[in-house]
Amino acid sequence: MANVIARGRGYTSTIMMVGALLGVFMILALLMAAGAKDTGMAVQAWTFIGLAGAFLVGMSLWAGQLLGRNPFDQSEYENAIVKWGVAASMFWGIAGLLVGVVIALQLTFPHFMYFPEWGFTNFGRLRPLHTSAVIFAFGGNVLLATSFYVVQRTCRARLAGGMWPWFVFWGYQIFIVLAATGYLLGITQSKEYAEPEWYVDWWLTLVWVAYLLVFLGTIWKRKEPHIYVANWFYLSFIVTIAMLHIVNNLSVPVSFTGSKSVQVFSGVQDAMTQWWYGHNAVGFFLTTGFLAIMYYFIPKRVNRPIYSYRLSIVHFWSLIFIYIWAGPHHLHYTALPQWAQTLGMTFSIMLWMPSWGGMINGVMTLSGAWDKLRTDPVVRMMVVSLAFYGMSTFEGPLMSVRAVNSLSHYTEWGIGHVHSGALGWVGYISFGALYCLVPWLWKKKALYSKSLVEWHFWVSTIGILFYMISMWFAGITEGLMWRAYNEFGFLEYSFVETVEAKHISYMIRALGGFLYFSGACLMAYNLVRTVLGHGEAESFDTIDPKYARPHQPALQPAE
Amino acid sequence: MYEMLSRFAQTGGMIYFLLLFAGVLAYALWPRNQEKFDAAARMPLSDKEPNDD
Repeated sequence: MANVIARGRGYTSTIMMVGALLGVFMILALLMAAGAKDTGMAVQAWTFIGLAGAFLVGMSLWAGQLLGRNPFDQSEYENAIVKWGVAASMFWGIAGLLVGVVIALQLTFPHFMYFPEWGFTNFGRLRPLHTSAVIFAFGGNVLLATSFYVVQRTCRARLAGGMWPWFVFWGYQIFIVLAATGYLLGITQSKEYAEPEWYVDWWLTLVWVAYLLVFLGTIWKRKEPHIYVANWFYLSFIVTIAMLHIVNNLSVPVSFTGSKSVQVFSGVQDAMTQWWYGHNAVGFFLTTGFLAIMYYFIPKRVNRPIYSYRLSIVHFWSLIFIYIWAGPHHLHYTALPQWAQTLGMTFSIMLWMPSWGGMINGVMTLSGAWDKLRTDPVVRMMVVSLAFYGMSTFEGPLMSVRAVNSLSHYTEWGIGHVHSGALGWVGYISFGALYCLVPWLWKKKALYSKSLVEWHFWVSTIGILFYMISMWFAGITEGLMWRAYNEFGFLEYSFVETVEAKHISYMIRALGGFLYFSGACLMAYNLVRTVLGHGEAESFDTIDPKYARPHQPALQPAE
Repeated sequence: MYEMLSRFAQTGGMIYFLLLFAGVLAYALWPRNQEKFDAAARMPLSDKEPNDD
C-alpha cells in the first residue's frame, strides 16, 4: 500500500523540474530573439524555442496519458532511452559520413556545391559540420546510449533521476542541431572541435552536468558492490569532457543578445589550451568512452570474462594519468616553449604502453572463443576495431616525435592518421555495439541478415584502406615537396604544385569515404529490418513463451 | 612566489602522482583481491534484472 502512495506522488517531480527548466530557457531564448544583434542569433534563438518547445509539448502529452502509472519503475531497466539513442546514433552517423563524402569531393573538385553568392555549403562551413557530426553527434550518441545501457546492467539499478536522463538525451540533440545550423549560418568561435559559440557552450554545460549527475546517481544506488571497469572509463570520459569543455570555452560574449564572443586566453596560452582540449577530446571522448564499450560489449558478445581484470585497472589509471599531458605535441615548432613540446612528445610516446595494454586485454578476451572471429561478423568488426586502435596508437606516438612531426604536420598524413582511428577504431567498435544492442533491446533472436553485416564489414574495410593509404601517400608527398630546396636555396615547388600533386590521392580518398558511407547505409537498413522483425530477426516471444518477460514484476511476498 | 608555487606544482605534483599510481598498482596486484577481480571480470555476462538476486 505504501508503495502505491509513493508511486502516486514521487515520479512527477522530475518531470516538473525538467519542464520548468525548459520554460526558463525558452523565455531567455525569446528575449535573445527579440533583441537579436545579428540574424544568426535570431535564427539560433528561434531554433532553440522550436526544439525545446517540441520537447516540452511532447513531454506534457506523454505525462498526461500516464494516469498515475509510474513511468520510472525501479524494478525495470530504462530501455526506451537506449533505443532512442541507437536511432539517433544511426541517423547522425549517416548524416555526418555523408557530409564527409561531400567535403572530400569539394577538395577534389573545388566547384562541387560551391555557390559564390550563397555561403551555406562552403567547405569552411561544411568541414566543422562533418567533424562535429561524426564526433559529437554520432560518437556522442553512441556513448550516451551505451553508457546508459551498461551502467544499469553492471550496477543492477535503473537509471537515476527519473526524467533527467531524457533531458540529457533531448538536450544533447538540441545542442547538436544548434551547433550544426550555426556552422551553416557562419557562426563559429574558430576553435577546432569547439566551434560552437558561447550560448551553445552554456547549454551543453548544463546538459553535461545533468549527464554526470544521472551517471553518478545510478552508480550511487547500485546493487553490485564493485564498480565495473567500464563505468570507470565512462566516468572519466564524462568528468574530463566537462573540465575540457569549460576551460577551453572561457569567453566573454560581446553582447548577451549577439552570437559573437571573445576568448579569455590569447596567443600561445590560447593555443595550448585549445590543444590541451583538442588532444584530450581524442583521449577522453574518442578513447576512454569507446574503451568502456570494449570492456562491456566484447566479453558480453563472446560470452567470455575479461582476459585480465588486473590489467584493466592498470590500463585505466595509466591511460588517464598519461593522456592528459600529450596535447603540446600539436604545437611543435611554434611559440610554445620547447620544454613543453618535449613534455608532450614524451608523454605521447609513453601512451603507447597503456594503449597496447588495453588492446591486448580486449583481443585476448576472445581466448577460448577464437572461432567467433570466423563465424560472427559482429565480433570480427569489434576485433578489427582493436587492430585499428593498436595501429593508430602506434602511429600517433611516432608522429608526435618532433623530427617526424616536421615532415607529417599540416599534411594529409595527419588526416589519414585521424581517420584510421575514427573510422577503424571508433566507427567499428560503435557499429559492433549497435549491432549487439538492436537485437538485445528489441528482443530479437538475431539481426535481420548476417550476410549484410559481412557486406558492411568488407565494403567499409576496403574503404578505410583506400582512405588511409591515399592519405599516407599524399601526406608524405606534400611534406617532402614543402621542404625541397633548389641549388639557389629557393623553394623547389610553389604551393599550388603541392596541391595538384594530391589530386589523384584525393579522388581515392573520396572513393574510400564513399565506400565507408555505403557500409553504414547497409547497416542502417539491416537495423531497421531487425527492429521490424524481418528475416532472421524472429521475436523471442514467438519462439518460446518463457523468453517473454512479464512487464509487471511478480508480487513481493510481503505484499 | 613563482619559485615556490612552481616547486610545489612540479615536485609536489610528481610525488603525489607517483604515490597515487603506486597505490593503484598495489590495489591491482594485491593477491587477496584476485577473487574479487575474477568475479568482476564476469560481470558483463550476467543477465540479471534490478530485482533479481
